Amino acid sequence: MSQATLRVQRISGHAGSVPGEDTQREYKVAKLIDVTTCIGCKACEVACVEWNDMPFDETTFDNTYQTMPDTRWNYWNLIRFDEHQREDGTLMWLMRKDQCMHCAEPGCLEACPSDGAIVQYANGVVDFQQDKCIGCGYCISGCPFNIPKFNKETKRVYKCTLCTDRISQNLEPACIKSCPTGCLHFGSKDDMLQLANARAKQLKEHYDFPNAGVYDPPGVGGTGVIYVLHDVTNTEAYGGLPQNPHVPWTVKLWKGPLKWLGNAAMIGGLLGLFAHYLRFGPKEREDEDLQPRQGAPS
Amino acid sequence: MSHSEQIVPAGRILRYAFHERAWHWVVALSYIYLLLTGLAFWSPWLFWIAILLGGAPVSRMLHPWFGIVFAVGVLQMYRMWSSQMHFDDADRAWMKSMGHYIRNEDEQMPPAGRYNAGQKMLFWGFQICMVLMIVTGVIVWFPELMPRNLMLILRLSIFVHASAALLTIALFLIHVYMTVFAERGAFGSVIRGDVSLKFAQRFHPGWYQEITGRPSSPRK
Repeated sequence: MSQATLRVQRISGHAGSVPGEDTQREYKVAKLIDVTTCIGCKACEVACVEWNDMPFDETTFDNTYQTMPDTRWNYWNLIRFDEHQREDGTLMWLMRKDQCMHCAEPGCLEACPSDGAIVQYANGVVDFQQDKCIGCGYCISGCPFNIPKFNKETKRVYKCTLCTDRISQNLEPACIKSCPTGCLHFGSKDDMLQLANARAKQLKEHYDFPNAGVYDPPGVGGTGVIYVLHDVTNTEAYGGLPQNPHVPWTVKLWKGPLKWLGNAAMIGGLLGLFAHYLRFGPKEREDEDLQPRQGAPS
Repeated sequence: MSHSEQIVPAGRILRYAFHERAWHWVVALSYIYLLLTGLAFWSPWLFWIAILLGGAPVSRMLHPWFGIVFAVGVLQMYRMWSSQMHFDDADRAWMKSMGHYIRNEDEQMPPAGRYNAGQKMLFWGFQICMVLMIVTGVIVWFPELMPRNLMLILRLSIFVHASAALLTIALFLIHVYMTVFAERGAFGSVIRGDVSLKFAQRFHPGWYQEITGRPSSPRK
């Protein structure tokens, strides 16, 4: 376990230093999802449920190729399906594998008040520690991608772990392993970016996708899951992938200025009241009422 | 207000009847629990409070229920006291002289009634913050029910909840300081219910006059 804590570089709701900050030479890992070659077979969805031993519950059919409307606490990986009409009137089927993006600046971790319930490993993976989760759901409000999902029975929040148990044993994540088309890749972030950029260049130059590009949003410091999209100028078309995600401003305001203002006011208030007592003391004393001094100046 | 149910020693006036004191402590004790657990979630440096109070998941589970008790209590305070909390000219004069009050120059203060303007501000401050906190608190209680496209409501609720709580902490600190440390006799009034005639005369001359039918001693 000592190795595991050495790999922790960021801890939610944590006072003091972090054990694994800059102690290892780990490189950042990333999943690359080439949306342009996904056929929507759902092998990755099944592999995720299988590997993580999650109880399966009913799917919903809504006349699309999407398994259910949204990810669930026990369904971390969902191919979002959209029928997209291009300018020339032709149709495209957009299949985007949706799961935790493993942000470099995770809004969930920033919003979480519970010590150690959310950690970020030195390799960039953001992981929930359910035994430390208190079930407040602040991570739900902090996530720009609508990923953390609440389990009403356990009162805990769950999401993709990026198969931390597998990648720590030098295995690729279950979803990557299962992909039949090779649209999913896993490796170092640098390698994945290189591969993604090469593919985007190919889409631009050899196919009719002038807006093709790589999705690695800088608003959250880049992500541990990057996409190759046919059109990076219209990310919302891919199952509502936010164009420019950020840690929500309310979280920034709350964990920034409000926190400092509040702490200063509370500490200042206590000191101020103490100083007032030292300087002015109590108003006239009750014992004088019980035994009034005769002729005392009032 | 009826005083007949409690006999107080000579030289003392009943200030808070039993039901007023009881509701005060319902609010006070629930508030203290909410304050402690809330502070634990506010800052990692105070997270140990939640562990001390039975663990953070327990604190998260009980905090909303105590919030309901608190809200009911504050609402009851509204029913009991709101009619006495209207701001009038005397209160505006009192506000202008607050510097004297802070410097304990009470003889230079314009006369206050049963409640002075500071107490009225405390009352309304808690009323407003209670409404803000119960509305946002119920939303934050069930974060999983918030639809994605309305997530801003949840985000704002968390922010407003913390901000309103900070305001109550300011009010709470001043309230406790005034009653326990500064105005000797005030704390007893919310335990035993009564204050000395001198206390009433000094701090609430308008009320003193109303209760006893005697004008309070001329103020310098």
